Amino acid sequence: MSSRLAASFAKAKQENRGILGIFVSAGDPDANASIKILDGLVESGVDMIELGMPFSDPMADGPAIQAASLRAIKSGMTLKGSLEIACQFREKHPDIPLILMGYYNPIYRYGVEPFLEDAQAAGADGLIIVDLPPEEDKELCEPSHNSEMDYIRLITPTTLGDRLPFVLEKASGFIYYVSIAGITGTKSAQMESISNAINRIKQVSDLPVVTGFGIRTAEQAAHIASLGNGAIVGSAVVEIIAESDAQNLSVEETAKKVSDYTKSLADAISSHNAEKKIFKLF
Amino acid sequence: MNETQPNSFQTMPDENGRFGIHGGRFVAETLMPLILQVEAAYNEAKIDPVFNERLLYFQKHYVGRPSPLFFAERLTEQYGGAKLYLKRDELNHTGAHKINNVLGQALLAKKMGKTKIIAETGAGQHGVATATACALFNLECEVFMGAEDVKRQKPNVDRMRLLGATVHPVTSGTSTLKDAMNEALRYWVAHPDTHFYIIGTVAGPHPYPEMVRNFQSVIGKEAKEQLIEAEGRLPDALIACIGGGSNALGLFYPFLDDTDVTIYGVEAAGMGIDSGMHAASLTGGTPGILHGNRTYLLQDDDGQIVDAHSISAGLDYPGIGPEHSWLHDIGRVNYVSATDEEALVQFHLCSRVEGIIPALEPSHALAFAAKQLPLMDKEQIVILNMCGRGDKDLEAVLPKLDERGLL
Ligand SMILES: Cc1ncc(COP(=O)(O)O)c(C=O)c1O
Repeated sequence: MSSRLAASFAKAKQENRGILGIFVSAGDPDANASIKILDGLVESGVDMIELGMPFSDPMADGPAIQAASLRAIKSGMTLKGSLEIACQFREKHPDIPLILMGYYNPIYRYGVEPFLEDAQAAGADGLIIVDLPPEEDKELCEPSHNSEMDYIRLITPTTLGDRLPFVLEKASGFIYYVSIAGITGTKSAQMESISNAINRIKQVSDLPVVTGFGIRTAEQAAHIASLGNGAIVGSAVVEIIAESDAQNLSVEETAKKVSDYTKSLADAISSHNAEKKIFKLF
Repeated sequence: MNETQPNSFQTMPDENGRFGIHGGRFVAETLMPLILQVEAAYNEAKIDPVFNERLLYFQKHYVGRPSPLFFAERLTEQYGGAKLYLKRDELNHTGAHKINNVLGQALLAKKMGKTKIIAETGAGQHGVATATACALFNLECEVFMGAEDVKRQKPNVDRMRLLGATVHPVTSGTSTLKDAMNEALRYWVAHPDTHFYIIGTVAGPHPYPEMVRNFQSVIGKEAKEQLIEAEGRLPDALIACIGGGSNALGLFYPFLDDTDVTIYGVEAAGMGIDSGMHAASLTGGTPGILHGNRTYLLQDDDGQIVDAHSISAGLDYPGIGPEHSWLHDIGRVNYVSATDEEALVQFHLCSRVEGIIPALEPSHALAFAAKQLPLMDKEQIVILNMCGRGDKDLEAVLPKLDERGLL
């Protein structure tokens, strides 16, 4: 596991809570704002950043993240630009893990080897590439083993059967449990089904399990983070950026709105555990 | 062609769904178990005599196969060179080749116990064919269609609705066929247990390119037999238009190992390749990954997909089936292109001299024939896939013909 990821999970464990990961699209609504928004996320207590590398045809994303990608592309964001944002982030925030998330085509076009080199140099800790299932591991997963970055697997409700050990075989970093069969930002899963899935994954792997897709409220985030090792929130954050953009808010105002929201998530995750502790005392 | 040619052009794809470097299974994990199920079910069905007999039965008595191979004497005269035969898949029930594939996949969906069908459509021909099969086999049908295409192919939207399908206009991205396919995939991700996705062309993740090719190959098999009966020999050349490439591969596949047969695939050059406003992925694109497969794509330097443009909604796609990309790489098939304007001229000509109103898609094939046939000898023979009829295009085409003083 990358040392930053390991430290992040260890710290959360010590505090008896799950981690909070936040997804934003690089360059949404533009490069400059993107950097300010990332700073705000760190200030608000976010444990891990998932930085989306925009793609014109994001097959697994719902309307909110599709729109975020298109806003970023329209503002001139590219894969190279996304790596530059990662690089600037890393200079300012040496300890917060940063995962690059995206689709394979821009990487293929950039070149797999140059991408791995540049992503590592930018200070990325891991990769999540949505349209590369284990069947296509020769493309990027295997070459990535020469880098220090983790190759993070997505597990979905449709993976939980016989396929699970195969998908987890080469997993590293953490396991991203996609809690619904569906695209980002649409429906939310039942707590019970998430809890069952995490138990099933834990039977097969020792890696931390972080859950995402469909998490909106602080309450949901706190509950879900406590079921495994963390929660990831994306569409709900990106929607705040969309709203601020539509209202022509300043970069500072947008970053503040986003970080107010993520602070509410971080606080809920911390106090959820405090409540649990109090119960334990009695 | 050079010495690196394979012994046979009919051995692809490999077990990973690869055609050379193209093809594959580039899908989100949620879909992976589903496409593995489709692959397993298809591999079983392919060799199941009961399945194949049912398919034959519906091809014959419902679609009206075999479709005729017609010697187009007057077009031959007009072009002034090789003899032109038209493989008349526009006479199929629902008016295009699309039904050949849809019947196969719908029977497969039934066999798998699925009750609901998803389809994407561009011109609406695949949507109509799917809605038709769903009515026939008592399946629920949801069709995704770019909002732009809903406007320019209204008669087909009406037909789908009458047949009982729900048409979802897609407004994401650029509101055309590629976005319809994105939305169909997104919908499938969200409904993995109940739904079967009937892809309309030789694209998508493995096994779709292979499966659709095999269901469409009935076109080439018939054409081969019919021409041998009519002329006692194989053709000198084949011509077909290419959107995703299913009608083309259906005609080409049975001839791939007949290396004396020259094969031409005609992409849509829109306003001209140099204008950038076209849909010619092989002529003007580069390899990349979209919709589950690696293939030639229209894309920018950053790997963002670029809009296609064609007067024909059925050809307006920034990719192409992976097997075509492979056939292009190894040089077995020659890929050429025809513009909007050239297609319009042939739409008019074919209607006037053969009494056949061609769809805008095969009008592109005719446009290449108009240039190529005069260069050939009178004893030579060409088969062109008349893969659809033009009724659906009248609203778009008639004003343009009027402007040109052709009506
Ligand atoms: C008549 C007709 N021909 C061709 C096409 C293009 O598809 P393909 O290249 O898969 O044959 C379409 C698509 O809608 C069509 O309706």
